Amino acid sequence: MLRSSQPLTGPNRKRCREDEVLLGTVLDEGERGFIIDTRSAQAAKQARMTGGGTEPKSSYPQWRRLHRPLERGRPLQESFIKLVEACNDTSANMDRWLSRLESCRWLSHVKAALSTACLAAQCMDREEASVLVHGAEGTDTTLLVTALAQVILDPSCRTLVGFQGLLEREWIEAGHPFHLRCARSAYSHARLKQEAPLFLLFLDCVWQLSRQFPFSLEFSERLLLTLFDNAYASAYGTFLCNNEKERCLCKVKENTHSLWAWLNQPGEKTKYLNPLYSHNTLVIWPSVEPQSIQLWQGLFFRWIRSSQYVDEAWAEIQRLVEG
Amino acid sequence: VENVRLLNRFSSRKAALGTLYLTATHVIFVENGSETRKETWVLHSQISSIEKQATTATGCPLLIRCKNFQIIQLVIPQERDCHDVYISLIRLTRPVKYEELYCFSFNPKLDKEEREQGWKLVNLKEEYNRMGIPNNYWQISDVNRDYGVCDSYPTEVYVPKSATAHIIVGSSKFRSRRRFPALSYYCKDNNASICRSSQPLSGFSARCLEDEQMLQAIRKANPGSDFIYVVDTRPKLNAMANRAAGKGYENEDNYSNIKFQFIGIENIHVMRNSLQKMLEVCELKSPSMSDFLWGLENSGWLKHIKAIMDAGIFIAKAVAEEGVSVLVHCSDGWDRTAQVCSVASLLLDPYYRTMKGFMVLIEKDWVSFGHKFNHRYGNLDGDPKEISPVIDQFIECVWQLMEQFPCAFEFNERFLIHIQHHIYSCQFGNFLCNSQKERRELKIQERTYSLWAHLWKNRADYLNPLYRSDHSQTQGTLRPQMAPCNFLYKFWSGMYNRFEKGLHPRQSVTDYLMAVKEETQQLEEELEVLGERLANLQKSQLTDNKVESKQQDRSKQLGLSTSNNSLANTPQDYSNDLKSFPSRSPSQGDEEDSALILTQDNLKSSDPDLSANSDQESGVEDLSCRSPSGGGCLPSEDSGKDSDEAVFLA
Repeated sequence: MLRSSQPLTGPNRKRCREDEVLLGTVLDEGERGFIIDTRSAQAAKQARMTGGGTEPKSSYPQWRRLHRPLERGRPLQESFIKLVEACNDTSANMDRWLSRLESCRWLSHVKAALSTACLAAQCMDREEASVLVHGAEGTDTTLLVTALAQVILDPSCRTLVGFQGLLEREWIEAGHPFHLRCARSAYSHARLKQEAPLFLLFLDCVWQLSRQFPFSLEFSERLLLTLFDNAYASAYGTFLCNNEKERCLCKVKENTHSLWAWLNQPGEKTKYLNPLYSHNTLVIWPSVEPQSIQLWQGLFFRWIRSSQYVDEAWAEIQRLVEG
Repeated sequence: VENVRLLNRFSSRKAALGTLYLTATHVIFVENGSETRKETWVLHSQISSIEKQATTATGCPLLIRCKNFQIIQLVIPQERDCHDVYISLIRLTRPVKYEELYCFSFNPKLDKEEREQGWKLVNLKEEYNRMGIPNNYWQISDVNRDYGVCDSYPTEVYVPKSATAHIIVGSSKFRSRRRFPALSYYCKDNNASICRSSQPLSGFSARCLEDEQMLQAIRKANPGSDFIYVVDTRPKLNAMANRAAGKGYENEDNYSNIKFQFIGIENIHVMRNSLQKMLEVCELKSPSMSDFLWGLENSGWLKHIKAIMDAGIFIAKAVAEEGVSVLVHCSDGWDRTAQVCSVASLLLDPYYRTMKGFMVLIEKDWVSFGHKFNHRYGNLDGDPKEISPVIDQFIECVWQLMEQFPCAFEFNERFLIHIQHHIYSCQFGNFLCNSQKERRELKIQERTYSLWAHLWKNRADYLNPLYRSDHSQTQGTLRPQMAPCNFLYKFWSGMYNRFEKGLHPRQSVTDYLMAVKEETQQLEEELEVLGERLANLQKSQLTDNKVESKQQDRSKQLGLSTSNNSLANTPQDYSNDLKSFPSRSPSQGDEEDSALILTQDNLKSSDPDLSANSDQESGVEDLSCRSPSGGGCLPSEDSGKDSDEAVFLA
């Protein structure tokens, strides 16, 4: 699986020999690959006007392009804000709750993200084909897809340590601009232009997987909540800045502590483990039907209602398993 | 009929070819196939509707919808055969006599005494004793011993000590269907009670001394409070409309010391339509998130569930926190009243959250108090306007509570689903007819078997591993949050999409934890035995090898292998949802996508087929050569607990 940003074809349909050769080296003679473009065909076409574009079939004959538009940027942030507002609205009666939930579109975004990641996984696992994923910049929806696909495909990404490694590779090192994206969160009226909850969307998708495959992830919901918190505000330097270059310039590694180092301490670690975990070497294929996708109550109602009864249930599970 | 295809609703490519059989009690589809011979059995009683669809090139489609939400799609090659099957099914699913129902031919191979014992498992007299009755305030009355006062009530009713036979009879004449106020639940800690009845025949101004005295008697039976609540579970408008027909509700001016309250649960017609709409949403092909949420809201289903729950919470609060008795009624006092009283009892008393207690609860508030099972669930062919998912709603309320309080119930989701299944299946005699009187006339207990005994025998399958009788969640009253809480009500896909295995978590946490619990217990027992033997070894030189190896074998069987194949699953359909984003350009994407239909055809053959739904039963004598386990899934993949086969094994 490869990732990149959009090719700069532009309005004059420029070509780039090197790019074509590079992609050519990935595939053998007669093999085909898939390009998953996270923009709609329309949006991708329009991108040409501003210098971007898509890979023309003629220049990349072995690659088949699929469009799976995923929401990003301003609209995704609005979706998040609307959802949080709806969850916090204690006056809403039963009649309007579901339509409010629907009008936020957040769950639609979760469904779309999971579907696309599954598609990428399917290409690799079932079609045994290579996949190139990109959107426009390659820093948002691209990473969402590649990271999720790996959780689906690769059992080592489902271990506590493996998941951390995945985050390092596919989000942090890959250059997701955390500083811009995880700025003020849902309550702020600032409405920053560059803010968007892609990382939260990723965590939500992972949570959906944990619900559908309760034995397959080594880590618990608590880890996901902790990651969400730390992406926005942290005592650790892991999620600082927007890319490796900035982290280098700011000397993050010299001046801060790593979140992973803290999480992996024996005393801390146990809090983030899933008591039901049992190593599953198979690919986990989630259902993306609406009935299977649920609102992540542990996150969205975290401060609104007590999780006492659910916590007690987990404590009981822990007790039973330890036995 | 041969060469019939059974379609898979989610993937038309996975159609199975086989033979369709119609028997007196079942529809059976047997798949042609080398090793598997998979069978799908459906009881006629379960069939809700049959739809003959337009003939296509491949044959004549027949869609069978079941009351337990299973949907069977068949394609019959010849139009004439299809028509014959259709006509036959129409007749078979509309029985005219009770004797046509499966329970009269079902034979679990128990002797007469075992059958009798099965019926004795749930005893209401014992239950009222457990509550503390009879006592200074409440007594059992035999005024209805020949059903002379009210034919939909049981022969044994519990009434306040100060309610004489005269008062009871007088009150019954002033109540719709003569369903006079009687005791449903008594709280011995504070003497508060829940009583139930039907609506008074008060019209605009009618009064009845005895009925007023009846309510006073209820109030006096609770010295801790100087008033009672009268809860009318109907919307105010409906109750008022009833006044024009000479019925209505209690006027606070006429009845001393009552506080009247409307709760506003809709009637059976609204509920029937609500379920219908929700099922239509479930039948949508590849719905978007929008379609689903809009459809669900539009059906109003969860809103109704919440209304029932809120009523139960109100009553439970009145009893537990205020110590005030409550009289509940609706119109006839056998639908909403039953729902609300049983929810309230469940919240109040942890006994009803045990498996046995739950059976008792249903027996008390639904069976004995004359809920019209036949009319509501269509045992026999009847008026479609009487059909309504009343008990289904109650069962769902219980599930919603289980989701909110995972440690509070001794039983699990499967228990609820199987009970619902059997309310419609008519495989057992518990839920036949409309009243105790009718059941006794038909001699149900001598001619059929009790579901409770069957469930009790298999209770290991129905336990909730997180339940501990000493856990805080299982003590005392349950207090669900009333607001904000709309988001707490979830769509129950375990029930309404029960047979669509692809939708559910592939791994059953309940079963796993039960196995862990069992193994732990076994190991602890082993430890004890070994400890004893160690002590004995001091005395004698004998080593009992035989015992040792037997115990080892048992724990090996329970061995929780992590590489079990129930974890394997297959990709769902990911290429379909393009509706959420409108900006699809027709020119570009389409061809590519349609070429990439990553469905089962392209898949490797190594994945076991786990999406089969087999609805298998045994115990039918004419086909007794089919062994229950053989006809189901492949032995290696069937963990037994996860499939629905357990329901039907006698």
